[in-house]
Amino acid sequence: MFAYYLDLALRSLKRNKVLTTLMILALALGIGATITTLTVLRLLSGDPLPQKSAQLFYPQIDPNPKDGYVAGETKPAPTMTYPDAMNLLHARRATRQAAIVLSQAKVMPLQANSHPFFSDTVMTTADFFAMFDAPFQFGGGWNANDDEGAAQEVVIASFLNDKLFGGTNSVGKVIRINDHDFRITGVLKPWAPQPRFYSQDLGGRSYGDGDAVFLPLKSGRAIKMGPGDIECYAAVSDMDHLEAAPCMWVGVWVELGDAASIASFKEYLANYAKQQVSLSRFQRSETSLLDLMGWLRDQQVVPDDVRLQAGLAFGFLLICVVNTVGLLLAKCLRRSREIGVRRALGATRSAIFAQFMVEAAIVGMAGGVLGLVFAELGLLGIRHQPAEYASLAHLDLAMFLFTFVVALVASLIAGILPAWRACVLAPAPQLKAA
Amino acid sequence: MDILPILSTLRRHKLTSWLLILEIALTCAIVCNAVFLIGQRLQRMDMPSGVAEHELLQIQVADAVVPPNPYARISEDVAALRQVPGVISVASTNEVPFGNSSSNGNLRLDPNQPERTLNATTYFGEDIAKTMGARLISGRDLQPDDFMNVDVVLKALGTGDSKNIPSVTLITRTLGERLWPGQNPLGREVWLTPTVALRVVGVLDSLVRPNAYDTSSAQYTMVVPIRMGASKDESYVIRTRAQDRDAVMTAALAALKKIDPLRVVTTQRSFDDIRNRYFQDDRAMAGMLAGVIIALLIVTALGIVGLASFWVSQRRRTIGVRRALGATRANILHYFQTENFLLATIGIALGMALAYAINLFLMTKYELPRLPAEYFPIGAIALWIIGQLAVLGPALRASAVPPVVATRSV
Repeated sequence: MFAYYLDLALRSLKRNKVLTTLMILALALGIGATITTLTVLRLLSGDPLPQKSAQLFYPQIDPNPKDGYVAGETKPAPTMTYPDAMNLLHARRATRQAAIVLSQAKVMPLQANSHPFFSDTVMTTADFFAMFDAPFQFGGGWNANDDEGAAQEVVIASFLNDKLFGGTNSVGKVIRINDHDFRITGVLKPWAPQPRFYSQDLGGRSYGDGDAVFLPLKSGRAIKMGPGDIECYAAVSDMDHLEAAPCMWVGVWVELGDAASIASFKEYLANYAKQQVSLSRFQRSETSLLDLMGWLRDQQVVPDDVRLQAGLAFGFLLICVVNTVGLLLAKCLRRSREIGVRRALGATRSAIFAQFMVEAAIVGMAGGVLGLVFAELGLLGIRHQPAEYASLAHLDLAMFLFTFVVALVASLIAGILPAWRACVLAPAPQLKAA
Repeated sequence: MDILPILSTLRRHKLTSWLLILEIALTCAIVCNAVFLIGQRLQRMDMPSGVAEHELLQIQVADAVVPPNPYARISEDVAALRQVPGVISVASTNEVPFGNSSSNGNLRLDPNQPERTLNATTYFGEDIAKTMGARLISGRDLQPDDFMNVDVVLKALGTGDSKNIPSVTLITRTLGERLWPGQNPLGREVWLTPTVALRVVGVLDSLVRPNAYDTSSAQYTMVVPIRMGASKDESYVIRTRAQDRDAVMTAALAALKKIDPLRVVTTQRSFDDIRNRYFQDDRAMAGMLAGVIIALLIVTALGIVGLASFWVSQRRRTIGVRRALGATRANILHYFQTENFLLATIGIALGMALAYAINLFLMTKYELPRLPAEYFPIGAIALWIIGQLAVLGPALRASAVPPVVATRSV
């Protein structure tokens, strides 16, 4: 039966090529726009560490002064002061914990006559690699003693290893960072979570290649590496000794395995803030412990522009569907006589309905294929945009399949009204008119 | 043209007519809002900077070895840059207009005020106003003896030694009007901290902040006489004639490299580049919106062509009868044109209401302003034109139907 409807539908579509082309073209434009914007939206709102994100949490406290504080309604500060970060780290209340500060390192290549260059750098603590599942190609990270002893040790990214050592095992070799010698303890495999969740609010980029240099926080500070973002809440008299200044510049991440440890960490954080308030170090007792995806939402990683574009694309698709409804309706009303004959010869209403839905589905699938072409063109356009995420905008298998789902659903919705009109047509008047 | 027969015909094609009206209404609503969004972006991209943009260059360098005296290094660099042929003026600054990275301070009109009055950006460095071309409209520019080194100032802030903290500042006209509406800001004091007050000695016509988000606060700018030391965050700003920019940039880089061949140039660009880069997202968004508008109008036009063709072929008999009864080709043509105009008008009326509703939604979700009334006619005119263009083909085909069709049975 289905094969027969397919044959009928193809004949009917072929009979009126202009109308068919118009329908397919319009639907394809709508689908292309929708898939393009949805791909970008999915890229931006994606989970950077799907296997781990539910166990990673971002604690926040608030050393800001009373100014503008409304109890219960003010969000805690996005970053921490150095003493607070160290207190949380040394308390070791989580399975793993790391402090993070972003900076730029001046790397001096070993070759003679070469010029130094700047690389994105993460100053952090020992747990960073295990906590974020950063995979090692050679060697490994440093340990907690190296953190405390400000050891001149460093982990480098694979792309930096390629650039400096031609991709060979460089563990144990020395590189010059900000005019100091650092010993390489490990080389990462290519690793660049998108978006780079740990760089939010620390002055780093969110997308693109990963960071190149990872070194112990104290070692970086010892060679005067400055943080990418500093937020001070009181007058500062000495910017060189940020550790003691009333400034926030450190992000802290913790790994918590189960609900019980999450609850107990929350309690610990609240108690810590209360304790600081009673010591008059803090004026505000707000705390927060968002998980990774919650923190990304809080940071509004997905720009408003992209949401707006997605909304616009859906509006566009809606118009295309209305357009298809109109054109399919015109086509089916034009075939009233044919429907009358088929009904008179014994076709049931549901048979007529099915026949027209198959026709709509064919239009949908054709629109989907052409829509895919438009989506690829759209993504090509996105890749030429200036945004940080631009080069990542590619159609993956899931979106490829989703295109056909959208196309089919849109065309079937568009087909319902015309098919309904066709199947309720009374056969007698149509036959008489002929 | 008599519209009653058209209305009675449309009543017999209710469903297809309403679909067309719905499509026109949706298109009209989206086009109105999209044009408005484009307008917003273009307006933002037009934000004045107050500086001589076509005559300025920015250079940032990072020294290979931290110089022992960073203030001497800046003086040395500036002196070398001044020697470059074609250079009119040189300044070192902590931030540049539309440069994004900025230093800001909270201002109070009274030291005991609990909440800040507003947040303004602070430019630090010598010769900034003169070099950038920010016009002084009253008072005086900052003098060399107003300036203090930043480490001295920071130390003085710690010890409360007010002698080593600058006491004067330049502000923009807009900032003056906002702080002291309707009064002359010259000689007035504004508090940066509960102990530090700056007296306004000069007013600049305009100098935009590095990270200007909205037009209201974009000009909240001060120039404070603090001398910064050489670091990779400092910028050299060079004023030259527009046609000399490329040559001056090359020579300036060579001059800086001569002082220390190992230093890394991290930024080298003209102010035109800075503006382009600062507003690149807005430009991309405006381009995308324009693309969507065009695609939407095309789709709607295709829909109109399709339905109008259907109506024409459905009414071939009727058209033939009318022609046989004496209607001219022009009559038939006008009939379809008027029909389309009527449908478009109903669609546009609905579309206006829908456009307003979408705007209300966007206002709550994306902090957009209210859609101004002048944007409504844009959507209306666009759809009337598109409708007429789209219907022209089918209408011409209708007018070509010969009267003899009336006499044929099929």
